[in-house]
Amino acid sequence: MPKNVIGSVMVAGGGIAGMQAALDLADSGYYVYLVEKGPSIGGRMSQLDKTFPTNDCAM
Amino acid sequence: MGIVKRKSAYVEYAQAVPLKYCIDGDSCIYIQKGKCGACKKFCPTGAVDFDQKEVTETLKVGSVVLAPGFRPFDPSKFDNYQYAKLPNVITAMEFERILSASGPTMGHVTCLSKDEKEPKKIAWFQCVGSRDMNKCDNSYCSGVCCMYAIKEAVIAKEHLGDALDCAIFFMDMRTHGKEFERFYENASEKHGVRFIRSKVHSVTPVTNTDDLEVRYVTEDGELQTEIFDMIVLSVGLEISPEVSDFAKQLKIDLTPGNFCQTATFSPVQTSKEGIFVCGTLQGPKDIPQAIIDSSAAATAAGEILAEVRHTRTKTAEKVPEISVTNERPKIGVFVCRCGVNIAGVVDVPAVAEYAASLPYVEYATDNLYSCSQDTQETMAQIIKDKNLNRVVVAACTPKTHEPLFQETLVNAGVNKYLFEMANIRNQNSWVHKNNPELATKKAKDLVRMAVHKVALMEPLEEAELQINPTAMVVGGGISGMAAARSLARQGYETHIIEKKSQLGGQALNLYRTAKGEDVQEKLSDLIGEIETHKKIHVHLDTEITDVEGFVGNFETGLSSNGTEETLEHGIAIMATGATPLQPVEYSYGKDSRIVTALELDRKFIENDSGLKDLNTAVFIQCVGSREPERMYCSRVCCTHSVDNALQLKKLNPDMNVFVLYRDLRTYGERELLYKQAREQGVIFIRYTLENKPQVNIENGKLLVKTVDHVIGRTLEIETDLLALATAVIPNRDDKLANFFKVPLNDDGFFVERHAKLGPSEFATDGVFLCGMAHYPKPIDESIAQGQAAASRGVTLLARETIFTSGTIAETDPMLCSQCGVCVSVCPYSAPSFIEEGPFAEKAQINPVLCKGCGLCVASCRSGAIHLKGFDNDQIFAQIYALNEAV
Repeated sequence: MPKNVIGSVMVAGGGIAGMQAALDLADSGYYVYLVEKGPSIGGRMSQLDKTFPTNDCAM
Repeated sequence: MGIVKRKSAYVEYAQAVPLKYCIDGDSCIYIQKGKCGACKKFCPTGAVDFDQKEVTETLKVGSVVLAPGFRPFDPSKFDNYQYAKLPNVITAMEFERILSASGPTMGHVTCLSKDEKEPKKIAWFQCVGSRDMNKCDNSYCSGVCCMYAIKEAVIAKEHLGDALDCAIFFMDMRTHGKEFERFYENASEKHGVRFIRSKVHSVTPVTNTDDLEVRYVTEDGELQTEIFDMIVLSVGLEISPEVSDFAKQLKIDLTPGNFCQTATFSPVQTSKEGIFVCGTLQGPKDIPQAIIDSSAAATAAGEILAEVRHTRTKTAEKVPEISVTNERPKIGVFVCRCGVNIAGVVDVPAVAEYAASLPYVEYATDNLYSCSQDTQETMAQIIKDKNLNRVVVAACTPKTHEPLFQETLVNAGVNKYLFEMANIRNQNSWVHKNNPELATKKAKDLVRMAVHKVALMEPLEEAELQINPTAMVVGGGISGMAAARSLARQGYETHIIEKKSQLGGQALNLYRTAKGEDVQEKLSDLIGEIETHKKIHVHLDTEITDVEGFVGNFETGLSSNGTEETLEHGIAIMATGATPLQPVEYSYGKDSRIVTALELDRKFIENDSGLKDLNTAVFIQCVGSREPERMYCSRVCCTHSVDNALQLKKLNPDMNVFVLYRDLRTYGERELLYKQAREQGVIFIRYTLENKPQVNIENGKLLVKTVDHVIGRTLEIETDLLALATAVIPNRDDKLANFFKVPLNDDGFFVERHAKLGPSEFATDGVFLCGMAHYPKPIDESIAQGQAAASRGVTLLARETIFTSGTIAETDPMLCSQCGVCVSVCPYSAPSFIEEGPFAEKAQINPVLCKGCGLCVASCRSGAIHLKGFDNDQIFAQIYALNEAV
């Protein structure tokens, strides 16, 4: 592998998909830049009330 | 969302991360008109800076993951629903906010008309902005709306009572996810949600009221009207133009629906090397599927960087732990309001004030949201400033929030076991909302009990263990191989254990994918890569005979043709797959013209010359699926049959092809195949469970009788081929499930850690799952989940060491009577007899195997076993505290 490979990853989007990808990458030993357009992460799921089947608050 | 107004300076919501105010430049008077600036004047910390300019930063990275998400379809342009005009026509996203306790109506379901009345009748309209080429350009199925509409209807009934009338107007009910079919069944049978198969024509306001008249056409063509108080539009998911423009800029290929173009065998790889995709840009999908392919994208992005792992990461600094030995307890109590969830019922300040009066309590306060990031920081600071050495949080459930608060303790230098939670939400404010006074009293009781217990808590230690960096994958089908490939590419030795004598699993029987790829060609490429990879070891004709050990250090016994060996590994992935049901109905087995879906695939694979000479072919869907004994949808069969119907039409355009179905479930962009099939003359006829098609063989003729749902008449079709879309049956393996202590559901599929957020892992540490052992799924989803299971596994393997729990049982050999009950009762094989020394033959407990369940403690007749953190004195202190008066 060439020496100029960089051990960091950019994840574009801070909704559940982006957050999960970022967590997996960080826990796997890669530095992550999580880039989100809005002022906070959470995405669409944070607007939901409860989710099936656990009825957990989506928050 | 525009339901209520917010200010220009705002936080998105109370638990937002980061919890920082920002200014909405579009509505700020200062930014727009250069006047006001009040926020700058009033901000005590001088945080408002109007001179901030956009800056461009350049990041150098090894790979990129795209997860920009979707936007809900905007139904304003549909004039027949009058969304923009009528206040009581709302979108499903708006209804989610109305249901939410932190929403504009505080969770009280009311109409948005000026009277704010409670609705008595609510209707949901499905497929708004999906499966629609007439009024919008979204021909795909959004895949999530059927299920969310049912969920909203059931929750609305929970809010307003069973008298609330909920009606869902739909074309096909697409509940193809895990446990969805049962939920659908229950919504209809138990909750009385009405499901109306129809096409909605229009909505008109009832004169002088805000009520709404719905005109719709039933399946048999009749025009009906009904009046509702509120209409919820089940809007679809779409990719916003700015996202698709961005993708085009990156030169990433998109599909007709503007989703990212991916191949079935590399479902998260974009057309551009080094750029991966997950979430809705990959295709419309629900939360668990998004979680699966985001883990898949993570491993795909990591695989190409495996050699430089750990070169850019930093290790968090550990706060040194303070010693509490010989210190008197100094307890801090934090009572959470949980917004209105607790404070709406319980007098939270009174509970905090009461807590301050309890013995050893040095500090007590209340928080708006204890789980928010800034509150966490404040709590850590308070613990340090006040020298607290025990903490009680009275809030929600420890099941979801204990780890978070324990981390706060650790950040303040306090051992994480010097902590107790009082659940004053789930077990109090939620269930006693009609009795606020008693609920406040109960909250005080719960807090007092927790305080008495925490005072007796002692710091506990966790053992650090090395993780064996080897993985074992059980099952050599598509998803097992995908998992093994990712693990090996990430640099870990991987063993595939396969019962059969070849790799490939069910994919060996499949002809082509929904995207038109040749399965056998792609499969042999994958098998080739697996067989030649240096880090992958394939064990064929091999069975698992026993499993010992635990996360990081498993020892699995393998048996292959009489040869036994032991495999040591750190993690295990269950990819045991599924098989097709062998049907016992529709005269299967009595005539060679009656075949299963996979038998038809075999004919295609072998290029059966007889296929093109058929005059008529009939497909019957849901053979064994969605029936009382198998209340799940097999997910793959609709797309499979529709695609095979198209293949037959391709071989012979004059062939009469019929698909007899109950609901056509071509979710996502698979819908385009359904559309194509209808355009090419495939005839779709719906049947019901009560009135299944009849198959007869008379004088050598194969006859299928069914009732046509449109004209309401019985049709008899003479056919040359009858293909049965049989159910997908998991390869239920109770022995294996027992070996790894992982649960199976009633249908025989494995039960994952969390249906939404942990679909590819078990609650048992170090054990993961993927493919059809989880739920029926097509190849692309099986591969994605194989990659996801690998990704979750790598997060563990990359840590190299793990800590065990401190909450474990310990024996007192002086009291042990050697009865052996603990040894026989433990589901984790943690207790054993000491072999030699002064306490020989007494019981001991392996701290690494112990899960802290307490079974041995309760069953010990000598009282010789103590569960750390739940010892007798701690529990009794809690119980005695209950009897004290407030």
